[in-house]
Amino acid sequence: MSTHIGFDFTPPDVPGKVTGEIKYAEDYKREGMVFARLLTSPLPSGRVVGIDATEALRMDGVLGIFTADDLPPVAPPGNPALASEYVSFVGQPILAVAAITEEIAESAIEKIRVDFERRPFVVDPLESLSPGGANAYPEGNTLVRTQEEGPEGTPIRGAEIRDIKWPQSAIDALRAGKEPAGGEFTTEWTFGDLDAGFAEAAAIVEEPFVTIGYPHHSLESRTCMAYWENGKCYFHGSSQSQSANDNGLARMLDIDPADLVFINEATGGGFGSKIGPYPYMAISGNFAKRLNRPLQLRITREQEFYIGSARSGMQGWIRMGVKANGKVSAIDLVVVNDGGMTGAGSGNSSAQHVTVAYQPENMRFRGISVYTNTTPRGAQRGPGQNEMAAVLAPIADKAAKAIGMDRVAFRRINAIDSGGFQGGGQGPVTSAFVREALDQGMRTFGWAEKNALAKQNGSKVRGLGVGIGYHGAGGRGYDGLVRIGPDGKLYIHSGVGNLGTYSYAGTCRAAAEALQVPWERCEILRGRTDNHLPHSSGQGGSNTIFTHTRTNWVAAQDAITKLKEIAAQDLGGAPEDYTIGDERVFASAEPARGLTYAQAAARAIELGGKFSGEEYPDDINPITQRAVQGLAGSGLIGVAKDNIPGEGQPPGILVGFCEIELDKDTGKIEILDYTAIADCGTVVHPKNFENAMRGGAVWGVGLAAFERHVYDPQNGLPANTGLYQSKPPTYLDVNVETKMGAVNIPDPQNPTGGRGIGEPTQGAAAAALASAISDALDGHVFNTAPTTTDMIINHLAGNDYSTKYLKTNTF
Amino acid sequence: MNLQLTRRRFIKGVIFSGAAATSGAGVYLAANAQSGNGGMERLISLTINGRTRRVDVPPTETLANTLRYRLNLTGTKIGCNRGECGACTVLIDGVPNYACSVLTHNIKAKQVLSIEGVKADDGTLHAVQQAFIAENAPQCGFCTPGQVMSAVALLANNPRPTKAEAAQAMSGNLCRCGAYEHYLNGVLRASGQIA
Repeated sequence: MSTHIGFDFTPPDVPGKVTGEIKYAEDYKREGMVFARLLTSPLPSGRVVGIDATEALRMDGVLGIFTADDLPPVAPPGNPALASEYVSFVGQPILAVAAITEEIAESAIEKIRVDFERRPFVVDPLESLSPGGANAYPEGNTLVRTQEEGPEGTPIRGAEIRDIKWPQSAIDALRAGKEPAGGEFTTEWTFGDLDAGFAEAAAIVEEPFVTIGYPHHSLESRTCMAYWENGKCYFHGSSQSQSANDNGLARMLDIDPADLVFINEATGGGFGSKIGPYPYMAISGNFAKRLNRPLQLRITREQEFYIGSARSGMQGWIRMGVKANGKVSAIDLVVVNDGGMTGAGSGNSSAQHVTVAYQPENMRFRGISVYTNTTPRGAQRGPGQNEMAAVLAPIADKAAKAIGMDRVAFRRINAIDSGGFQGGGQGPVTSAFVREALDQGMRTFGWAEKNALAKQNGSKVRGLGVGIGYHGAGGRGYDGLVRIGPDGKLYIHSGVGNLGTYSYAGTCRAAAEALQVPWERCEILRGRTDNHLPHSSGQGGSNTIFTHTRTNWVAAQDAITKLKEIAAQDLGGAPEDYTIGDERVFASAEPARGLTYAQAAARAIELGGKFSGEEYPDDINPITQRAVQGLAGSGLIGVAKDNIPGEGQPPGILVGFCEIELDKDTGKIEILDYTAIADCGTVVHPKNFENAMRGGAVWGVGLAAFERHVYDPQNGLPANTGLYQSKPPTYLDVNVETKMGAVNIPDPQNPTGGRGIGEPTQGAAAAALASAISDALDGHVFNTAPTTTDMIINHLAGNDYSTKYLKTNTF
Repeated sequence: MNLQLTRRRFIKGVIFSGAAATSGAGVYLAANAQSGNGGMERLISLTINGRTRRVDVPPTETLANTLRYRLNLTGTKIGCNRGECGACTVLIDGVPNYACSVLTHNIKAKQVLSIEGVKADDGTLHAVQQAFIAENAPQCGFCTPGQVMSAVALLANNPRPTKAEAAQAMSGNLCRCGAYEHYLNGVLRASGQIA
């Protein structure tokens, strides 16, 4: 019987958050600490001709200047910490100045003269693809991958910049909502027979769409502080991940990972932008080393807008064929991604969403990712999938309507199940129960009852929507590490970062469950490298629950094996004669014959070898090896790599139902009801599950209705660098109550049954809201994300100014 | 609006002090120790969390900076430093204020309560803090101190708010994680409306 999984608990860092006692990177000071500030580009595109820092360097208190020359060169298309010859977006850091006070550093920045040559710029990918269109980089306008894509958040490897132009006819066709014939793509895949699929269709829907990227806006900016002692770098950073940073950050600092202590107790938001070490970490660490002083590089709110990453945008086209029975027979999808200055888009992930949400019998995807002179882009909560969910939902509704089918029934007939597939390669999934989620959601929301109600009430009109969110949610092959101390307590060493999802704590419950240790007798060690932390995945992609319940489970199993071996050695019999319970290992046939965990841990220390960490498995990662070495002789060590057999991607899937009231006089939307049902396997931590569902719904509202980059197309200047103008949803923009539930059917490939759900919570809400807006307006498809109030008002006034031509990054 | 220190007064204070803001990106609103101070006394007494603190503060410095960098009260967070997010919310004479938008010299005669002063002297957490823990309300936690301060002020004025009233009262506090409903549930729990 489960003792920990599926029960509420308070993660140990929560009290520190409500008292303000928990420390974020910027809260740390160090004796002798100095301060660095960035000088950033005022131009969207240009060449740095000269830098004159003479006057700044003469100022009292100024300690030095740090430029790209002080860092290893980053070849395009990499994202350098500091620009070298070319600048490619407003806000791009060019240099850093260090001084004994932050005020002096800031004043010194004002004294530095930088001469630029202006270059042409572009903020709309389709303009760059047009004949004669400007290129964001001197080398070209398109990111072309020459190797397999790495995990989300990792630096781009194996890629080059090319100059690709489309015939004007292709640009015009896409802007008009037609297939961009003659356009060149850099990614393409097909499965099945597309023509045959469309030939079978009873109805075909064809629509263009545009989604606009927007910043992550992590509330804690990426301020870092670093200092060096005895050859080691102590680095206070703000990251979603912990151990996953070790190797990359050590490379940035040109040191052995063993000489890095990365300290990150709490992180004020990341949402994909802080999965791995970000380029600007290189400045703090290397500048501190050069000055031989603790150094803090503060990133301001405005700078966080510039360098804190953003969601990629899309301009695209879709043709969907549907059979009379509702089955999607064919989909043809084109995505032009806005990759900003980093170039990478999420088109393939967008296409992956399409495959999971509707399981098309035949499909083609063609994509290209175009550089623009806008901020760097990176993974943002369900990258690709969630924005696709938002624009696809009303299009799917239109397809359902074309064959006279209920919108939920349409999704139900196309729903993925455990035998289904994901992505262009049609890979398997570990399990999926979306029909069950739709059925549960319909009941909870009252889909049938709400559909029977009157739609119009004066100027206000009700709309109902349904949406599906999806993200691949789990990885394999990482390590777990636990220790039973001579005090009998269970110490769970977690290399998982603390990005606010509490998955670091939820996953530790798997070890407590396996070893049957009460939670109050467990302690989690995390948050700094010298707490001896194992090799863990990056905390992105909704993966942690699946990935690290498994690692903690296998580490606990290793500890159990060792407990039984020690008992057999000391008390006679064979290890398999023993079992565990009540923090003891004892003979199954004679429960009084046994050892307490404390006694067994003391014996492990005496016995040494594998029992206390002097020896460890060959297949664990070097990071874990170092952690075990640091713990050797301090207790009974359980350490193992996750070699649990299995195949397929663990999907996180959510269905959302939304009821809104749309005021036709003002365009304002009020969310009356939102219901979300998750297919995430067993719910590991119910209270936290509920909160993840709510938070994701807020993000969904932002994606579907509010958030977007706005650039001045005449000058390439960003117009909404602040939170107020960017409009992340506030208390008053969202519903005050979310109904929720979970199918709660265990995933067969996880000992605890769990899968992740963080990202689809946004996609489902965005899709359901977009679907509801369309429903309120008699099925009008805006084909935009966000669909803002001005777009709604313009539509109601018969003006398509807001939405035509697939314009992006502007009003 | 019941703000005792308004944004306008803050801006006027900066202008009269003779300082010029460096840029929109500036952390210190030209709070340069070398800048002219119009003859104002820099060493001032502040009442923070019931204690009198003598502190050397330039006339252009904000309360958020004084709390964090002179008094080491780092529970008050700076999320935007321009009055948009509410992470730096403190109570001044019981009224929620953005500490990033208040000049320290303007609150010399006032009582400031920061997050560090919310729990009782014996360490007992305030009902809002207890409720936020019970609701697992914080996610990343960076906005949480400000949310606590706004909730404490709300319940002092309206002991049993509805969820909608609470949302209105706390709408000056942005939460990028979207933990709004958790905080609202915390307010209802702290006010005894849910158990």
